[in-house]
Amino acid sequence: MFNKILVANRGEIACRVFKTARRMGIQTVAVYSDADREALHVQSADEAVPIGPPPSAQSYLVMDNIIKACLDTGADAVHPGYGFLSENKAFAEALEQHGIDFIGPGTYAIEAMGDKITSKKLATDAGVNTIPGYTGVLADADQAVTVANEIGYPVMLKASAGGGGKGMRVAWNDAECRDGFERATNEARSSFGDERMFVEKFIEEPRHIEIQIIADAHGHVVYLGERECSLQRRHQKVIEEAPSPFLDTATRRAMGEQAVALAKAVQYKSAGTVEFIVDANRNFYFLEMNTRLQVEHPVTEMVTGTDLVELMIRVAAGEALPITQQDVTLTGWAIESRVYAEDPFRNFMPSIGRLVSYIPPTEGEHVRVDTGVFEGGEVSMYYDPMIAKLITHGATRDQAIEHMRAALDSYHIRGVTHNISFLAALMAHPRFVEGRLSTNMIAEEYPDGFHASDVPHEDPARIITVAASVHHRYRDRAARISGQMPGHERAVRNDWIVIMNGEAHTVIVREVENGHDIDYNGETFEVRSDWQFGEPLFKGTFNGSPICVQVEREKQAYRLFHGGAEVTLMAVTPRVAELLAYMPVKTPPDMSKFVLSPMPGLLVSVAVRVGQEVKSGEEIAVVEAMKMENTLRAERDGKVQTVHAYPGDTVAVDQPIVEFE
Amino acid sequence: MHEHEIVRQLDETRAAARLGGGQKRIDAQHSKGKLTARERIELLLDEESFEEWDMFVEHRCSDFGMAENRVPGDGVVTGYGTINGRVVFVFSQDFTVFGGSLSEAHAEKICKIMDHAMKVGAPVIGLNDSGGARIQEGVASLGGYAEVFQRNVMASGVIPQISIILGPCAGGAVYSPAMTDFIFMVKDTSYMFVTGPEVVKTVTHETVTAEQLGGAITHSTISGVCDRAFENDVEALLMVRRFINYLPANNRAAPPFRPTPDPADRMEMSLDTLVPDNPNLPYDIKELIYKVVDDGEFCEIQPEHAQNIVVGFARMEGRPIGIVANQPMVLAGCLDIKSATKGGRFVRFCDAFNIPIVTFVDVPGFLPGTAQEYGGIIKHGAKLLYAYAEATVPKVTVITRKAYGGAYDVMSSKHLRGDVNFAWPSAEIAVMGPKGAVEIIFRKDIGDSDKIAKRTEEYRRKFANPFIAGHRGYIDDVVAPHATRTRICRSLAMLRDKKLSNPWRKHGNIPL
Repeated sequence: MFNKILVANRGEIACRVFKTARRMGIQTVAVYSDADREALHVQSADEAVPIGPPPSAQSYLVMDNIIKACLDTGADAVHPGYGFLSENKAFAEALEQHGIDFIGPGTYAIEAMGDKITSKKLATDAGVNTIPGYTGVLADADQAVTVANEIGYPVMLKASAGGGGKGMRVAWNDAECRDGFERATNEARSSFGDERMFVEKFIEEPRHIEIQIIADAHGHVVYLGERECSLQRRHQKVIEEAPSPFLDTATRRAMGEQAVALAKAVQYKSAGTVEFIVDANRNFYFLEMNTRLQVEHPVTEMVTGTDLVELMIRVAAGEALPITQQDVTLTGWAIESRVYAEDPFRNFMPSIGRLVSYIPPTEGEHVRVDTGVFEGGEVSMYYDPMIAKLITHGATRDQAIEHMRAALDSYHIRGVTHNISFLAALMAHPRFVEGRLSTNMIAEEYPDGFHASDVPHEDPARIITVAASVHHRYRDRAARISGQMPGHERAVRNDWIVIMNGEAHTVIVREVENGHDIDYNGETFEVRSDWQFGEPLFKGTFNGSPICVQVEREKQAYRLFHGGAEVTLMAVTPRVAELLAYMPVKTPPDMSKFVLSPMPGLLVSVAVRVGQEVKSGEEIAVVEAMKMENTLRAERDGKVQTVHAYPGDTVAVDQPIVEFE
Repeated sequence: MHEHEIVRQLDETRAAARLGGGQKRIDAQHSKGKLTARERIELLLDEESFEEWDMFVEHRCSDFGMAENRVPGDGVVTGYGTINGRVVFVFSQDFTVFGGSLSEAHAEKICKIMDHAMKVGAPVIGLNDSGGARIQEGVASLGGYAEVFQRNVMASGVIPQISIILGPCAGGAVYSPAMTDFIFMVKDTSYMFVTGPEVVKTVTHETVTAEQLGGAITHSTISGVCDRAFENDVEALLMVRRFINYLPANNRAAPPFRPTPDPADRMEMSLDTLVPDNPNLPYDIKELIYKVVDDGEFCEIQPEHAQNIVVGFARMEGRPIGIVANQPMVLAGCLDIKSATKGGRFVRFCDAFNIPIVTFVDVPGFLPGTAQEYGGIIKHGAKLLYAYAEATVPKVTVITRKAYGGAYDVMSSKHLRGDVNFAWPSAEIAVMGPKGAVEIIFRKDIGDSDKIAKRTEEYRRKFANPFIAGHRGYIDDVVAPHATRTRICRSLAMLRDKKLSNPWRKHGNIPL
């Protein structure tokens, strides 16, 4: 067994690998860029070595620096995590040359599976179902159109070196095919330095289901069931689960066995994932094989009771797999939500900055949080904006969903915007609850993007009574101030009007031990909590069942966050409620005439000029931020009245760029 | 006259007083989104606690048809009541009666409660909604103003005086609120100016609306006349209820204690990463404030004006404190005319009313430029220095990062009788930043970037840390950021019975 493992990665995955290594009694080494000096993964390792400036091309991707870190610290093995150098054959070879073990598959497997065209050929040879298509490299757009017509539209154009949605285009006709070929080629050239393209049949209503395999150096390969990762937004996975609500035992076995066959064909050792696309009739086709640990591996661990990182380490050290296929059973259901620093209400723009407040859900039997950040830490512009992975497990899918909803309620993040509302809305979405998934589901259900109105509203009694309880505590505290007129001290009344969305709700609050009994709408609600002033989480019970509501006091109002929805309420005396009716309703200025910059960044281009008629959906401008080019499109038809900013300008969030008449 | 007849007449008079200028005017007031004088008092004070005085007072003017035009109370409602059980005196001008204009009798009513407030040592809260002087009365009205002004001045520093502007407040009328301790305004429905838009137009040909000239936003952002701007009457009144919880009844009383569940030894680990590695990067000083004070509650004063300094009230272990902090997010936290004036006035209020001052320092110096020099930064900057130097209340200072030059001295330094002065490990206490210092000391090497870089590093190592100041005792200890709350709490507890007085004098001569 290894003495010391270096993790050539950062964030949650580095922390996650360290956890297992420590449990196995193996020493740990972190590497870090200048931006990560105080990162959690650095704090979680026994040793930490700086490897360069913040951009990953100058740090986490520099093999020499990482190898030097291994030699300096005496690390005898490297776990690459995912991303960065995890599927880089040259890295694995370089480690080998220095006598350092790579905790991953052999270089042949990496190379063979790293190329979409080669991998598809190998898969076909190994008897794996593949999507009808043309496995050769397309010479030009004309050839792409010819081949597309042979296969039949719709088709998918794909970069051979592609991944993560880059270098991919769907085409429904010749024109789109031609255009898509050009664009995808350009993207592939700039992103991967490899512009080879191929084309294949595009599957409608597709599901993304993948098989986890683990193989040792002695020829044993085991599949650990599947993960369904159909919930994707622009090809980025959002929610994953194991098992899939769609597969039957026969399909699972067929997919598993094909995955094993492919692994054997490339003499695979270590953990790997064979991704399939599954159509509405449970036909499945090989997509690609990921020769590394997947982001979503925890759901497999939760249902199989394995530790994939431990198995990876053991097989890398030459041990034989401790399990056989017969040992693999799937128990219960696991779901993973990817918590991102992004704003779901602003077209998922990434957010960066200091985590002013960060309270993840409490881990336990049903809840696991793989996190790479901490309160006071930084979500940096240089790396993936994933904050954490929240995984829940239950005996059934419904229970796993329930645990996930409760955990999301208690996830408190301030300083950067986050996608908890979006995740909570998905958890409550009937299509998700019923398991009717497809990789298009998010695009279909939220065609115009995600809006606050997409967050389902629940029974208002919870929110109203919690607000009443919080308010009563504040009033009670106010009445305990010193210096009161003797004999005329303040008494706190017990009836309040809670105003929510302009509607008044009468409540009567009775103080009981550790909380309040609250009469509302003819019923009595028991709200109990040991919440204290200023705490962001109101944790307690509501009529005996656990509840967690996030509370913020803003002047006279309380902002409550529950079930993905943010609600602003006021609790006042009946007289104040009466007089409030005279107060004018002030509407914020109408900004619909403006196209605003969704984030701070650099204005790259403005596609319109004054007087131009613009149709909804037309490109208006491009803002570059965090090396991402964000195209702003018109949300309505109109004539451009003023252009407020020009290419080269630095724009702030919400700064007007173009104004319509 | 029979007793029951008297009672009947009293009831009639009371009813007339309560109706003020009549239902039509009350409706007009409501339709403008404003509450009536009595409704405002109802919201400001504890329920049923208001004791109204002088309901029967009427004006004594008989000119211009005023003899037939009398309303009991004469356009202002006065008396006392409680806020969270604590006594406050109140006057509330009634715009429905003669436009809330100030008559001699109206002024007398205000003076009466001010005199009482002084006698018992309780705050005065004025709710202003007045068209100005009662023109029909002429100089009698002006005399009335001056009587109020004189009392404002006599009460200054003795009892807290708060003005809430809920309607017009123009001409000479502005000077009563101006001399009170805090002015709160309501957006869109209140304005304050010495001369209105019509006069401005005539004299300077500027076209400006009342809102632009003297609205709540103007005064809370540009002029700094207003301490907080609120959305409407209800919000303003309820927020003042909360605000008064920080103030003592008078200058001889201790600020009000309110028990808190927040432990004094609460550690805030995230503060250890608050100050960025790069000294040129900003951070939000308010995060520090919110994380060290009781229950995360901070009542900021003038949040939109001179944002390079943050001032406001909070509690530590249940007792009120005043906080002054440089804000690196705005102008790098430099001191300038506006921020020094804002900070100086706040420090003097705290000192007058026994409220300990906690100062967070990250100041690279005074803002350079002709605008500042021509504007008199020398004298205005000295206001903050003067205020800190004369203050005898407990003063606890935490240097989080830069404390450069004269601004270091100003910000509650040890030399200005700072009681407890802490520094974070990231503190740099020096005459100026390393780069600037090296370019002066080694002027001849300026062309040689290698040499300059070497010297800069040398200077940084020597001065960009808390050690030199520590050697001399200018700071009492270097504290870990995460322990800031507990260290401040302990210091303030130790200082609770601090006694310090300045030499007798008629008054000092602060550079105005």
